[in-house]
Amino acid sequence: MTATPTSSVLAANVGREGRGALGQVAQVATLVAITMGLLVLLLAVTGYDPATALRALARGAFGSWYAFTSATLVRAIPLALTGLAVALAFRAGLLNIGAEGQLLAGATATAAVLGASGAVPPLLSLPLALAAGMAAGALWAGIAALLRQRFGVLEVISTIMLNFVALYAVGWLVRGPLQEPTRIYPQSASLAKALQLPVLLPGTRLHLGVLLAVSLAVALWWWQRATAGGFRLRAVGMNPHAAATIGRVDVARVSLLAFLASGALAGLGGAVELTGVTYALYENLSPGYGYTAIAVALLARLNPVGVLGTAVLFGALQAGANAMQRDAGVPIALVNVVEAVLILLVIASDRLRGTRAEATA
Amino acid sequence: MITPLDDFLAAAVRTATPLALAALGECITERSGVINIGLEGAIICGAFAATVTAGAVGGSSGVAAGFAAGAVAGVLVTLLFMLFTVYLRADQIITGTAITLFALGLTGLLYKTVYGTTGVGLTIPTTGELPIPGLSQLPVVGRAFFAQPLVTYGLYLVVPLLAWWFARTHAGLALRATGESPDAALAAGVQPRRVQALAVLTGGAFAGVAGATLVLAQSGTFVEGMSAGKGFIAIAIVVLGRWSPIGVAGAALLFGGASALQYLFQSLGWREVPYQLFLALPYVLTLLVLARASARAQAPAALARRELTLG
Amino acid sequence: MSAPAASPSVLTLRGVHKRFGDVHALRDVTLEVRPGTVHALLGENGAGKSTLMRVAFGLVRPDAGTIVVSGSPMATPFTPLQAIARGIGMVHQHFTLVSAMTVAENVALGASGRYAPDVVAARIRDIGERTGLVLDPAARVSDLPVSAQQRCEIVKALARDVRVLILDEPTAVLAPDEAAALLQWVRHFADADPSHAVVLITHKLRDALAMADDITVLRRGQRVLCAAARECTEASLADAMLGPDERARALDEEVVPHMTSHDDSVGAHHEVVFADALDVRDTRGVMRVKRASFAVRTGEIVGVAAVEGSGQHELLRAVAGLLPTTSGRLRVPDDIAFVPEDRHRDALLLDASLTENLALRDAGTRRGRLPWAEFAQRTRDLLDQRDVRAASATVLARTLSGGNQQKFILARALDDAPPALVVENPTRGLDFRATAAVHDALRDARDAGIAILLYSSDLDEVLQLADRVLALHDGELRAVPRDRDIVGRAMLGAAS
Repeated sequence: MTATPTSSVLAANVGREGRGALGQVAQVATLVAITMGLLVLLLAVTGYDPATALRALARGAFGSWYAFTSATLVRAIPLALTGLAVALAFRAGLLNIGAEGQLLAGATATAAVLGASGAVPPLLSLPLALAAGMAAGALWAGIAALLRQRFGVLEVISTIMLNFVALYAVGWLVRGPLQEPTRIYPQSASLAKALQLPVLLPGTRLHLGVLLAVSLAVALWWWQRATAGGFRLRAVGMNPHAAATIGRVDVARVSLLAFLASGALAGLGGAVELTGVTYALYENLSPGYGYTAIAVALLARLNPVGVLGTAVLFGALQAGANAMQRDAGVPIALVNVVEAVLILLVIASDRLRGTRAEATA
Repeated sequence: MITPLDDFLAAAVRTATPLALAALGECITERSGVINIGLEGAIICGAFAATVTAGAVGGSSGVAAGFAAGAVAGVLVTLLFMLFTVYLRADQIITGTAITLFALGLTGLLYKTVYGTTGVGLTIPTTGELPIPGLSQLPVVGRAFFAQPLVTYGLYLVVPLLAWWFARTHAGLALRATGESPDAALAAGVQPRRVQALAVLTGGAFAGVAGATLVLAQSGTFVEGMSAGKGFIAIAIVVLGRWSPIGVAGAALLFGGASALQYLFQSLGWREVPYQLFLALPYVLTLLVLARASARAQAPAALARRELTLG
Repeated sequence: MSAPAASPSVLTLRGVHKRFGDVHALRDVTLEVRPGTVHALLGENGAGKSTLMRVAFGLVRPDAGTIVVSGSPMATPFTPLQAIARGIGMVHQHFTLVSAMTVAENVALGASGRYAPDVVAARIRDIGERTGLVLDPAARVSDLPVSAQQRCEIVKALARDVRVLILDEPTAVLAPDEAAALLQWVRHFADADPSHAVVLITHKLRDALAMADDITVLRRGQRVLCAAARECTEASLADAMLGPDERARALDEEVVPHMTSHDDSVGAHHEVVFADALDVRDTRGVMRVKRASFAVRTGEIVGVAAVEGSGQHELLRAVAGLLPTTSGRLRVPDDIAFVPEDRHRDALLLDASLTENLALRDAGTRRGRLPWAEFAQRTRDLLDQRDVRAASATVLARTLSGGNQQKFILARALDDAPPALVVENPTRGLDFRATAAVHDALRDARDAGIAILLYSSDLDEVLQLADRVLALHDGELRAVPRDRDIVGRAMLGAAS
């Protein structure tokens, strides 16, 4: 079983490097500026005052030290982890659209392990729970990987289906086996203080997860660039046929491992969100982090370090959108539109440049 | 006398109707070699446009206007997808995902803008069941198939018509040839880009009507995200139906049945089965269907291929 | 070089220019096809033959020039639909059939309105009776052998009342006997009706001289010769095709320096690749090679001759270690190198640098950190030593020309002096210079002691390069003498 040509084309094109880091940042800035222009237009058309709305947006995202650390950065953490998950999968030519489901699987396993770990000392149970979250995310992604490798099922469709299944599974679990002891609320029992991820900066809500995200991003960046394993991943993503024929790479194995690793990263995102922010499992634990992750990864050109930057950007957008809804009455769904427009702009600018390059080749 | 089975079958056909509409449209699209993951977005846009239009026009002409608006909205949002994939040759999967995200966000935004945060005062005309005298009295199948809204009856015409069109018209041949081998189609004088563009937009119109059906023939109201993955389920239905209109109709019925199981269980008094199981069932079924080893065998050979050698 | 005039032409291309980027594909080319004739369009690969005829069929829009059909000038843009309406049909070198559809559906494709299978089937049978091109209208194209697919292409054109038939290298995919039959048919078609004519694109002098009335020769996008066939000789055509300076070299190639040094003392000629009663199945489990026994020794090129789909694809991959063998014995060195026919699909990371493409060679077995600096140096050395034209080692593989891509791929395969090399259609789509460079590189590798197993769909290339020839027919392999007729018959499974 080899990857589909479609996905290899994607990885090759969306993740093309070669321009300087500065040029890439400049391009991202341009795209963001265009998006902001469209946002103003959209606000004006739908009858909101753009100035008020944008002021609220800025205030909610960057208005104070607390807003930046506790709203923007706290949201950026799950976005970065799921963004890394998507970027890794896309780099390998796998269209994993299932980070949302994998995140939920990770959060669920973490809640289950912590709920059952009464006697185990917190110093041990917390890492154990995070590991369980990663394993669950990997397992959930593994279903899609198995379906793809054994039966040729497009992972795009299977991962989306699995997102819905995960959502309903959580809905059932928090009203059933994992419900809190009083059986009143559809959520799991709140975590004891000792089982929560420590806060990093006193007076804020910024938790240890930020260090995890940053170190994983740097490690992944180095690994993809410097090591044989990372090169195999990129080669399979660029052209699985050539990787198998010339490199004698076991494409199926690389794909499987990449899929599992991607799921583990998204699962860790869920585990970190549960232990660092929500402290309990419930249905709406994620406001669609796993979907936004696609925009995060694409805008970062699948570069793991770039993901950190775009995750903060989208974290700011979401934090700002909350403030915008509160202060200017602008529906939060606006964020989805902005994300979609950014993805489309990235594709369009890539394709237009690509078409030019082909024409002059 | 109406039995639980009658209720179940009627619900199955009712649920299958929008799925079949969207899947037939996607079937046309995929036969041209394009997979439209943005189908979900076309459905939700169709649902929203139908809501606004039917509400504004009112009455029975409001229903007709709602369906028309649904089709137009489906085409408009799919136009964006088409320009990206057919003319810019952008990746179909990523573009489709973005279009879905875009449509879900836009309808959510517009809904709150038009109706406020609660949706109070949202009353729109709907189309009721239109039992066919005689046929609807048949045992078992009567109520299920012949006491449905007009749009369901429309499907009874569209499905065989489409099957005939695929096999017995030169336009149908051109569509299939484009999906199998755009180069061969071009060499024979077919214009693959135009064929793909039209096929994608037609699929969008079908999906828009499917969205309108959700509102005008079923729920009677708009809810944010009410498409709830139906676009993706429709894509699975196309696979199960093996890219043939008749097969797609049958597969849609199967999925409608799976969704309608909860009514059957409720009426049989099996309340201890968690309702989330029924909600998840269509998605699980989709996975099982796709996992059939032969599912890929009859897919159009150039499906989702981006390169289109032209000239 | 006077144009053979007299009767008015059925198809005229006048002053055609076409550029693709920096490449001047056609320069002021004029071609006149007289009624009732076979017109051979000769030239090396890349000379512009196909491009010119794609202009005539409306597939390529010329930068300048006019197209005149039966006396009336065509308006621009000129499309395939208009060409067909004017009675011009083209059969491409790579067939443009929809393999999942039936013969009848393929023939009907492109028309409008209702499609009636029985009417089309009747028409196909009628054409079969009139022309001898017999086909089952209900057969799926994917089930047909290559020669029948070619018949289907021609019938497709004839069903649209095509009178001027353009055939692009029609004999390239056929075994010699099939090719002879096709050329015979072409002659009959042209003679049958004064409104008929055939343009035969070919690079084979023999075919042109045997069958054509008129011959036009293109070299590097320019018309260098236009004459009646009876006024031409092999020598005059070769001169025109290759240009005076390169002709000598090409003629040298015809006379292969056979087995450079039989008495080579270094290590004698031991068997590097050895197969005994080898069975190979394809990825779908279909048996493609049956009980093949052969050996490839150091310092020799063993050529495989076969018509498309005879099992050569699987045989080569089994020897290269990419496809498991079902039964029998196969001994090959672990570090055997492979040059697959589809460069873009199987050999290159088009969007990666040349250095990364070099690193791909053994990506599957490496561990830990990759020595990128060393890879970059090796890539630079390789570009220098093997005459690969690239700006640097960091440019994307996509930016190289086809010839340079192939030279790079071959150089990469030979970089660490492997004991054996498997090559598949190594010069497909390359121009004359690049083809010669690849041939030289293969001979040099052979002379350096590498054991080479070569397959080419062009029988003449196999005969040019190989020291020994194996004919493969329907999965059955046997050694045959290096004689064109014997090999040709063996490819078709005829007893020798």
